[in-house]
Amino acid sequence: MDAYLNLILAGVFHASVLFLVAAGLQLIFGVQRIVNLACGSIYALGAYCGISVTQWALSHGMPAPWFPLVLLVTGVVVGLLGIPLERLLRTIYGRQESFQLLLTFSLVLMVQDVLRFGWGANPQQLGSLSMTYGTLSLGAISMPVYNAMVIVAAIALSVMLALFLGRTSAGKILRATAENRDTAAAMGVNVTRVYLLVFTLGTMLGTVGGALVAPTAAASLEMGVELVVEAFAVVVIGGLGSMKGAAVGAAIVGIVRAIAIAVYPEADILAIYIIVLGVLIWRPSGLFGKVAD
Amino acid sequence: MAKTTAGPALAPAAGTALPSHGLRAVLPHALVAAALLVLAGAPLVLDSYHLTLLIPFFGYAIVLLGFNLLFGYAGQLSFGHAMFVALGAYGAAAAASLWEVRSFELMLLAGLVAGVLVAAPIAWLASRYTGIFFGMLTLSFGMLFHSFLNKFYNITGGDSGMRVPRPSLLGQTLEDLDKTAFLTGPFYAYCLVLSIALGLLMWRIVRSPFGLHLSASRDNERKAAYLGVQVRRVRAAAFIVSAAYGAVGGVILGVNVGLADPELAYWTHSGHLVFMAVLGGYREFLGPVVGALAFILLHDNLMSITQYWRFFLGLMLAVLVIVLPEGLIGTARRLASRRAR
Repeated sequence: MDAYLNLILAGVFHASVLFLVAAGLQLIFGVQRIVNLACGSIYALGAYCGISVTQWALSHGMPAPWFPLVLLVTGVVVGLLGIPLERLLRTIYGRQESFQLLLTFSLVLMVQDVLRFGWGANPQQLGSLSMTYGTLSLGAISMPVYNAMVIVAAIALSVMLALFLGRTSAGKILRATAENRDTAAAMGVNVTRVYLLVFTLGTMLGTVGGALVAPTAAASLEMGVELVVEAFAVVVIGGLGSMKGAAVGAAIVGIVRAIAIAVYPEADILAIYIIVLGVLIWRPSGLFGKVAD
Repeated sequence: MAKTTAGPALAPAAGTALPSHGLRAVLPHALVAAALLVLAGAPLVLDSYHLTLLIPFFGYAIVLLGFNLLFGYAGQLSFGHAMFVALGAYGAAAAASLWEVRSFELMLLAGLVAGVLVAAPIAWLASRYTGIFFGMLTLSFGMLFHSFLNKFYNITGGDSGMRVPRPSLLGQTLEDLDKTAFLTGPFYAYCLVLSIALGLLMWRIVRSPFGLHLSASRDNERKAAYLGVQVRRVRAAAFIVSAAYGAVGGVILGVNVGLADPELAYWTHSGHLVFMAVLGGYREFLGPVVGALAFILLHDNLMSITQYWRFFLGLMLAVLVIVLPEGLIGTARRLASRRAR
């Protein structure tokens, strides 16, 4: 039983990182109707940059316990890459979705080689830095404190995101644009700026997710394309464009994967995708999605 | 009145326009015939290295003919089509290891059966969706299959894949030839003929009432349904046909490398298929085939120049999507028609 609780906790940690990436994907799809295949690449970029900046800061005398702050700041700063990327995507707004999908696919190809160029083919890691804070134990249940911090950070970010979307006027404008772009524009919404904001925010969620996961796992060139597969599962289960869906989907995927790895390691992605197919067959729009047209 | 006078007045104009119109109608056929002659004559002039690049071209040409029935003609963008390529290769490999099959024809049959059997239920399910949902569903199935290939190593060989032995062609074992001579000689000719035959068949398919139903449902689903097109049924049929083409192409690719590799099913490989289709021009019948050739040559050249070939491929794809969405053939046609005017 305790073993299972530990597993579920590990799954929740994975889910919270997955949620950040999936939330970025949802935000961009919800408003811009673009499925960003490059969400995984952005995440990988965040992880690599997080590792390098942390190493640099440590070698310049930063006390080790400060590293989560460095990672968070790095994630946010790297997320500003969303600004030029949005400029690039702007050229194909209003075209067929297949072209939009392809342009983000071209980013996948490019970013992978940018990482190879910058960091080489060997995986990068931060060693035992994530153990700086020790381990939280409660009876037989234990979890590194850093992992718990990431879970809390992800929950905090999701609450902030919900408040931003639900309570602020900027959030209202954003939702109005998602609902009907033309009407919003007719009401005086600067759609160009909304798109820029949304894409940058979506990118930031991905890079922060990548930066935060960096201390717990090695960053590799394949981590981006591998994550896309899981992030897609999350949004299909949760429903495209829904934030609540991203949270619930991430929890399902993270926990199912953790259990599958422990019980029957051959079936990690398989188990997730069987759920995905089940959802697609019985509830095509996902658990919280609007009805697909 | 105006109509009747317009008739004779237009007739001479149409008459004078006829030669150039005739030339323009003949030119594509002439180009295709010339291209086929070049491909048929290639073994006489090209070195074996470049000939071995043309064999995957035949494989991909067949895959892309099928892919474009779905993408270009039915308007359904599959992001999991590489799955059927892998099914073809694994079908051939499984037939070879389970039943000692060595005949290429039987390998093709095994790949085809594997592809169609898996495609049928997916087609039934996926034909309900269009656009992004269709893309995500096909991607999901593709990744499901990829993880099956990777994780169930006692059946599929895991990440080392399954061996595809050298087949016999039309009952001829051709044992006196070494591997390269076999591939660049008889196998090359076999694949060329197979590609032409499947190309002609696809040409018939897209010109048939079925093909017209398909493009009608692409252009306006509701109107097509109103006119009596069974949209779901034709889409499902197109999916199965395109999967069958993908599997046949996959058998060729498998025999060429001698291996059925799980990476054939990975989602980025599906992305490459879409890349090829767009590179050549998915609005044209032969566009994706040209795209396959261009992609293979580009890929090979970039790989020999730099280890960062992905970056340049990605860059090209971005430029293509933004500046030349009609692809190579579409752009060529546009330039040609502009000059003719």
